[in-house]
Amino acid sequence: MYFVFISLIIEIIFSGGLFLNKNKILLFLANRFVRFIILLIFVIVLSFILIDMSPIDPIKTYIANKVVSPDQVAALQSYWGVNEPITVKIVNWLGNIVQGNLGNSLIFRAPVIDVILDRFVASLVLMFSSWVISGVLGFVLGIIAGFKRDTFVDKLIKYYCYILQSAPTFWIALIVLMIFSIYLGWFPSGLGVPIGSLSQNVTFFEWLNRLILPAFTLSILGVAQIALYTRDKLIGEMSKDYFLFAKARGETGWSLIKRHGIRNVLLPAITLQFLSFSELFGGAVLVEQVFTYPGIGQAAVSAGLRSDVPLLLGIVIFSAIFVFVGNTLADVIYNFVDPRLREGD
Amino acid sequence: MVDIADNKFKLNLRTKTLLTIGITVLVFVIIIINSLLIDSNNILTNFSIINQPPSFEHIFGTDWMGRDMFVRTLKGLGLSIQIGAGASILSSIIAVTLAILSSFNKYLDTAVSWIVDVFLSVPHILLIILISIGLGGGAFGVTIAVAFTHWTSLTRVLRAEIKQIQTQDFVKLSGKLGKSKWWIARKHILPLTITQIIVGTILIFPHAIMHEASVTFLGFGLSPHEPAIGIILSESMRYLATGNWWLALFPGLALLIIVLLFDIVGENIKKLLDPTNANE
Repeated sequence: MYFVFISLIIEIIFSGGLFLNKNKILLFLANRFVRFIILLIFVIVLSFILIDMSPIDPIKTYIANKVVSPDQVAALQSYWGVNEPITVKIVNWLGNIVQGNLGNSLIFRAPVIDVILDRFVASLVLMFSSWVISGVLGFVLGIIAGFKRDTFVDKLIKYYCYILQSAPTFWIALIVLMIFSIYLGWFPSGLGVPIGSLSQNVTFFEWLNRLILPAFTLSILGVAQIALYTRDKLIGEMSKDYFLFAKARGETGWSLIKRHGIRNVLLPAITLQFLSFSELFGGAVLVEQVFTYPGIGQAAVSAGLRSDVPLLLGIVIFSAIFVFVGNTLADVIYNFVDPRLREGD
Repeated sequence: MVDIADNKFKLNLRTKTLLTIGITVLVFVIIIINSLLIDSNNILTNFSIINQPPSFEHIFGTDWMGRDMFVRTLKGLGLSIQIGAGASILSSIIAVTLAILSSFNKYLDTAVSWIVDVFLSVPHILLIILISIGLGGGAFGVTIAVAFTHWTSLTRVLRAEIKQIQTQDFVKLSGKLGKSKWWIARKHILPLTITQIIVGTILIFPHAIMHEASVTFLGFGLSPHEPAIGIILSESMRYLATGNWWLALFPGLALLIIVLLFDIVGENIKKLLDPTNANE
């Protein structure tokens, strides 16, 4: 079954992918990119204003519990320009970002860019593995449910999806943690490693061991949306004339689904999966918090709770880039890979 | 509908929807009344019955201070529902305002779709955290934060709907007769989209509750003194290792049921109002 998907994907890409109009794609991407840069500036300014509005005091975070004289506080304030008007602050900040300088994280005491890259790699592994697992599993379940419509299997899959869609992510994570690491004791509960420990300090095996539960949680949650979508889409395809004709010709079972169902449902499903990057990130934030997985989400929460403004802003920028990449890939697939739409233009 | 349609037991969509609405409203009212009656300072702390597993006396068990978890959960759900309701109504108001603004002229239309793009470009949870921090947290901060992140889908739906309405002859005629855009919005667009708005508000509600609980769980929402579901669950994390499973299981399950009920009601009303399958 797995091979069929891969061969179908390859077939779709080869049937068109290599002969795509390169100029058109480049133009499309350039257009998207310019729009994104403007959007990003807007997002940065917006988040800057929001954080500036808040009652948090970065100086307090920086000096933490140390004893400092008022003179030193004043020196820090003028060094960081805390008392300057917001317009000046934003212009300074944007200027630094353009030069690739995101500032220093106050809680990790390291350049923001290093912290983010370090954390993002850990999160990407988590998000990518659960993205692939939930995508494949969700698609398969959706196809089964759609094909076996109104049977017991379909209802089972459907109710599973409905329930998981309504379940708070962090609660499912708590339940998974409770079952697998506390009762069964198969995995570390993740609470042993203090917040802020770097991922290099853990061995590969330990790290893999800590990855399994969060990835599992994110996967079983991510299945719901894609399965329900695939099911509806397949049911829609199954009621179309060509499908009925194929049935009338005597095609049945797996070959019918493979040749007429999956072929038409796969691309929209993949597109949807790419569009889910934003939710994936949100899920990762919660799951990482529960399992204390040292990823970007956990860093975002610590940064927010302990008023590490530079780190929080840096994470906002990177998460926006992450979502943008997902949306753009979805658009490219939708507009350029689908042979029907491609021939249209 | 084929969901529970058996041969013996056939309910049509209308009956089923009315039934689910009835049940949901009942649950809703019970929770609200209960949570208003329970004074959060008055939840008894009884150190002789700490950490008791569920029993008939305390069906959700008790926590490390001997407080009855069922009462705390009810109170927490009440808080969640209030915040969720506030946030989803506010969200719809934002959505309707922006959708109507977008119908005025093409510059406003571009501006509105631009704002939608901005709000969709950052993951929801991060945006909620940012707004919540910006407003200094608390119930007010969370409500506003959730409201400002959930209006995008409804705005898109309404915007598409309004575009379609505007191509109709009677709307064009009103324009030719010199009626203002605002008049057209009030007299033509609003009456035709009111069902969409109501359904949209109901469908925002479960998401709003869930996001409120998530953000509170992370520590950006309600203050730790409130018995919100997010607070209860984040407290329970400290006691999981000692085997107090009931502290996490039941409050989360209660939240799940509320979210599920509202999701089903919203979806069913949507189907009912959609003429293509209303008579199933």
